[in-house]
Amino acid sequence: MSAGVGRFEMDELRLVVGAMVILSGATALLVVLPYMLLKDEPPPPGLKPYTAQQLKGRQVYIANGCVYCHSQQPRDIAQAPDAQRGWGRAPVAGDYAYDTPHLLGTMRTGPDLLNIGARQPSRDWHLGHLYQPRAYTPGSTMPPYPFLFDVRQGAAQAGETVVTLPPAWSRPGQVVVARPEALALVDYLIALDRTYPALPPMPPLTKATP
Amino acid sequence: MDFTVGILLTTFLTSVLALFVFIASMAKGLFGSGGAAAVQIFDDGEMGTVEDPAATRAQRGSLQRAMDPGQHAARTSVDVAIRQRADQSSSLVVGVCLTLSVLWLVLASLAGLISSIKLHSPDWWVGMEWLTFGRIRPIHLNLVAYGWCSMAGIGVALWLIPRLLKTELVGARWALLGGALWTVGVVAGTVAIATGHSDGLEWLEYPWQADIPMVVGGALVGFPMWLTLLRRKVDHLYVSVWYIAAALLWFPILFLIANWPDLHFGVQQATMNWWYGHNVLGLWFTPLALAASYYFIPKVLGKPIHSYNLSLLGFWSLAFFYSQVGGHHLIGGPVPSWLITISIVQSMMMVVPVVAVAINQHLTVLGNFRALLYSPTLRFIVLGGMMYTAASVQGSLQALRSVNTVTHFTHYTVAHAHLGLYGFFTMVMFGAIYFIMPRVMKWEWPYPWMISAHFWLVVAGFGIYFVGLSFGGWYQGLAMLDKDIPFMDSVRLTLPYLQARSVGGALMTLGHLVFAVHFFMMGWKFGPRRLGAALLRPPVLLPGVGRGVGA
Repeated sequence: MSAGVGRFEMDELRLVVGAMVILSGATALLVVLPYMLLKDEPPPPGLKPYTAQQLKGRQVYIANGCVYCHSQQPRDIAQAPDAQRGWGRAPVAGDYAYDTPHLLGTMRTGPDLLNIGARQPSRDWHLGHLYQPRAYTPGSTMPPYPFLFDVRQGAAQAGETVVTLPPAWSRPGQVVVARPEALALVDYLIALDRTYPALPPMPPLTKATP
Repeated sequence: MDFTVGILLTTFLTSVLALFVFIASMAKGLFGSGGAAAVQIFDDGEMGTVEDPAATRAQRGSLQRAMDPGQHAARTSVDVAIRQRADQSSSLVVGVCLTLSVLWLVLASLAGLISSIKLHSPDWWVGMEWLTFGRIRPIHLNLVAYGWCSMAGIGVALWLIPRLLKTELVGARWALLGGALWTVGVVAGTVAIATGHSDGLEWLEYPWQADIPMVVGGALVGFPMWLTLLRRKVDHLYVSVWYIAAALLWFPILFLIANWPDLHFGVQQATMNWWYGHNVLGLWFTPLALAASYYFIPKVLGKPIHSYNLSLLGFWSLAFFYSQVGGHHLIGGPVPSWLITISIVQSMMMVVPVVAVAINQHLTVLGNFRALLYSPTLRFIVLGGMMYTAASVQGSLQALRSVNTVTHFTHYTVAHAHLGLYGFFTMVMFGAIYFIMPRVMKWEWPYPWMISAHFWLVVAGFGIYFVGLSFGGWYQGLAMLDKDIPFMDSVRLTLPYLQARSVGGALMTLGHLVFAVHFFMMGWKFGPRRLGAALLRPPVLLPGVGRGVGA
């Protein structure tokens, strides 16, 4: 096919140009377009920005890789029974207005956490559960995080937060004290609450004249 | 929504139009004479001569008899000298890259095994922060991706370039510098994850400070390739060259855009995350491994690939479709629905490049399966090629909403990821390294039984791993979809499968240790067998074995 040689033969220039055009197209679709569409997306009125303490807790969540077992994106009721498990409504982009880096997650070794604060608002439960998940959820495969706590003999000092464990898991004379990282993480978890309506309320219907 | 309809229609029409242009140009033979380019990897008179430096002399004899008993290698001494110089020019940088990759492989395997055990034994080894599951798991992923896979892929690519262009590698020192910077990045990034300084995005955990040396290093390892391309002595660029060149171009750009600090936000960051997460597989790892298999399969067998023009279609359709499939990771998520639909459609379109590669690779091997008995290289690479087809078809199906609804958020996806990056990529790299190292070291693999042990350990281990985790993940997904089954049951039912995965993973790790020990034995020129300067040897006829053993 000598007629075509030179016109469609692969050479360096065609290779580079073709490769770049294709990558630009994909980038435009999957990165740039979402950027332009979502840039000015307002946060829903019910969503509050994280406090400094909650953001600190979010960093603890990231540092310890909670995202590898917990998603933060309940699926719509038409697709999966997430709402019936108490994980909340399907989220909208605005729900993540303050979530950078995003923590949508890809795995549910554990349950979805987008609304864990609404589902489980108890600080004591969260602290104890982080110290030893199996004390609260038999059969759980979540790792304990002893390095977020100090365990010592004797009493806690003033200002320290003592973790109250179920009787079967507490040892006499031993006190478990939450470190600041644990307290921040729990503050973040409790702040995870997107139970407000996704859309602003509809304007009141005006009665049509008969 | 007009916007949604518009963008879907545009994408659809572009895709269909592009496909027709391809088919038309293929039919008219506008891609030039495929035959000439396909035999580019052979010297004059070399076709029909097998080559596998990893095989023992007896295996090579059997391999030659199985392929083409009548062949007498008749290469000119000039051709022999050109290839010898080509191999020599890359040997230092390739040796360094592959050595680093093997070290990373061992560390990554151990990190993976620890993560696997922790999933079913959560109270094991919990005292140290850096060993908690949420840190050792991303350490595993990053060491595999940026340590083992990238380093091995770069090493193999740099070795292939001078051979494919019949030119000495120009500017190897740039690649050495690039490899060193890359390694600095991997070490720094790994330490960052271990100490809790992860960026928090899957595949993009390394903080930007560690990313800088990787972007610069990644661009630098491409330098020698471009410099060598400018001085090439071949008329046609063989298909492997396109894949390597494109991959070395794509990766730094992908990595740079994805890691740019303070640019991405919220849900947009999630779409970017999976644009990157899938492109790093499709536009970085896959092309490198395909480049290797497009070279080694025909080279070992001594016959050109089945259809050269098909490989062109395969290349461009891979680039086009693969680059847009990332959105299928966010099915059911809070992202624009047009984006997900495009990704699902392009995931299905991935069948086109996969079939192109499958026809080419499998039909080249078809009828020569006896060669797998004799060639260690081929055994790994052909198995890897089969896993590529399997992983790709599985991936396309998994992108369908109905299947994805079950498999999303489960261990099934993890099994699939390993089918691609392990079953395909890693297997091909093993085969390539077995071929390359005797040429780099001018020393044979000392103990052929260790190659067999490596092969069977990883095949058995990965078989257990993949089957166990796929079933476990599927059942987990079904349980999660049933509102009457408590969530804890979906956790509990996976335990035996996760334990099976640990058994499989342990066997794989053992296989890697055998491989690494063998690799370093060879590095120290250990063992009873010496090939000497086989590279220099003109074709000879061995009595009894009888066939040429060319370089």
